[in-house]
Amino acid sequence: MKSALKKKLFVTAVALSFALTVPVATIAGDTIKFGVAGAQSGDLASYGIPTVKAAELVVAAYNAKGGINGKKIELLIEDDVCKPEVATNTATKLVTDGVDVVLGHICSGATKAALPIYKEAGVVVMSPSATNPGLTQSGDYPNFFRTIASDDAQAKTEVDFAINVIGAKKIAVIHDKGDYGKGLAEFAKTFVEQSGKAEVVLFEGVTPGAVDYTAIVQKIKRKGADTVIFGGYHPEASKIVSMMKKKRMNLNFISDDGVKDDTFIKVAGKNAEGVYASGPQDNSTNPVSIAAIAAHKEAYNEDPGAFYENAYSAALALLNAIEKAGSTDMAAIVKALQNEKVETPVGNINFDAKGDAVGVGFAMYQVRDGKYVEVK
Amino acid sequence: MDYFIELFFGGLTRGSIYALIALGYTMVYGIIGLINFAHGEIYMIGAFTSFIVATVLSIYGFPVLAIVVIAGLAAAVWSASYGFTIEKLAYRPLRKAPRLAPLISAIGMSIFLQNYVLLAQTSDFLPFPALIPEFAFMEPVAHIVGSSDLVILVTTALVMIGLTFLIKFTKIGKAMRATAQDKTMAVLVGINVDRVISATFIIGSALAAIGGLLIASHIGQINFYIGFIAGIKAFTAAVLGGIGSIPGAVLGSLVLGLTESFATGYVSSDYEDVFAFSLLVLILIFKPSGLLGKAETKKV
Repeated sequence: MKSALKKKLFVTAVALSFALTVPVATIAGDTIKFGVAGAQSGDLASYGIPTVKAAELVVAAYNAKGGINGKKIELLIEDDVCKPEVATNTATKLVTDGVDVVLGHICSGATKAALPIYKEAGVVVMSPSATNPGLTQSGDYPNFFRTIASDDAQAKTEVDFAINVIGAKKIAVIHDKGDYGKGLAEFAKTFVEQSGKAEVVLFEGVTPGAVDYTAIVQKIKRKGADTVIFGGYHPEASKIVSMMKKKRMNLNFISDDGVKDDTFIKVAGKNAEGVYASGPQDNSTNPVSIAAIAAHKEAYNEDPGAFYENAYSAALALLNAIEKAGSTDMAAIVKALQNEKVETPVGNINFDAKGDAVGVGFAMYQVRDGKYVEVK
Repeated sequence: MDYFIELFFGGLTRGSIYALIALGYTMVYGIIGLINFAHGEIYMIGAFTSFIVATVLSIYGFPVLAIVVIAGLAAAVWSASYGFTIEKLAYRPLRKAPRLAPLISAIGMSIFLQNYVLLAQTSDFLPFPALIPEFAFMEPVAHIVGSSDLVILVTTALVMIGLTFLIKFTKIGKAMRATAQDKTMAVLVGINVDRVISATFIIGSALAAIGGLLIASHIGQINFYIGFIAGIKAFTAAVLGGIGSIPGAVLGSLVLGLTESFATGYVSSDYEDVFAFSLLVLILIFKPSGLLGKAETKKV
């Protein structure tokens, strides 16, 4: 008797857990299927969730006005955990579900893995955050666009700042061996060498997640570097910065938008003070941006997270292009993206032939009193 | 020369970090011949427990020393109960099964615990408070050895000495050695083998929790994944030193830590793991049972 009850309970639990995973019933009929893909769980989830929220807000606003050309917009949201091997599954799932355009993916590695699948299916993809230069510059993906400047633009901003503003002479370039971090570090190295005004005294990768970075920090000191440029994400950056403070070293630390995240300040605490990071330029005076942030605050009662404005812009650009093109055909959308300017939180933008947004760039920020402040 | 000394101490600290975790691997393997892959997760749970306790206590304004002691005890007890439960649920029912079965069960436990903490706590990195204060007398050498390095080094040494004493000179130690040699014989002479094995898991897990507190305080951040990476390295170190041997685990950890530190310092941190694992392969070619491991004799 007891075991029979147990079995029933178990079956009910299993049934319930399946029921919860079934997506909310989709509205039948003719809709525009708007895919959103990126990290929504895992340790990089904080980069991907703001994009989902941006898409939800933009789509809700469009649907409230009656959709596009009489069609409602439907969101298809998929998680890729920022892993290339998962991203291919995510892309296949979206394509199978008949997605028209995709906002995503978040990480460069995942985006690169997913793009061939979308290209084959003729789906336009726009990332708010994938900054690997090859994604656009290789010309392999005519269906790919982005609302963030590429890594080499970011590396250029960082190196110009290091040499011209701080006056760095000996620069140690460190990266985390990942697609994003190493790519950025290699550009930084090239730009420093081209400048002729400073030298790269050290170029090395660290192992993400290692228990201790003493040795690499001692090496930076031995090489006599006055400035460190780090390509990678905030967990390693905060370990290196903290270890440098522990070893009583006082160097300029410059990093990228993987570090320009409030989690970095939260984790590194007072060791974060004075750290420079490049990030998308400040749009705080742009009325579209103000409205986008206000919408987020109203819906979620908190400030938006990383890449929110880029994602908001990408969603606006994609929907605007579909509206102007009057179709969800890839060639028509691509043409509209290139020719029709659209007002977005990151400025009044259209896209060049390779897929980069025209007029979107980087600015430098510094941690002062626990906050990132733009350095003019 | 200064640079050499800096790298040397960096390597020692890193090695001691591995050792605090490797001891748990080696103890369990020594007794029941199982590689407890969930051990890294026990360490992670210890770090989380001490984080939570320390955060709560610091809100109430406890002094740092009290926080360290209470958080350490809480983490040790909590992790020990996890170790005890895991053994009971996942390994004991499989004790008579072929060797692969408990191994797979251990990997399953490891994945389960990671995801459990991910879901129950957070996927974010959390800032771990610096529980080890900066000692004033260390200030002149702080650029070489920091206060937290010192505490980790001393703790590892004490733990190793304590464990060796426990195993060589106490009653439970004697029972552990007997169980390791021959379980059936141990039962026949009146040793409660189940209890001995439980005790081993409890001690190993409590040590991992202390390690979790010290290491997290040294690094300054934790998340659900730290146990996996540290666990793999500690396991490597235990094999290097001769798995099953307590001094071997410490020696193997120090050798691994120093190799990584010097490889980074004199060659490149890109090749840190290449050197570490080449060394492992070399040592295992010439000493298949590790630096201090005993050659396994076949029981007839």
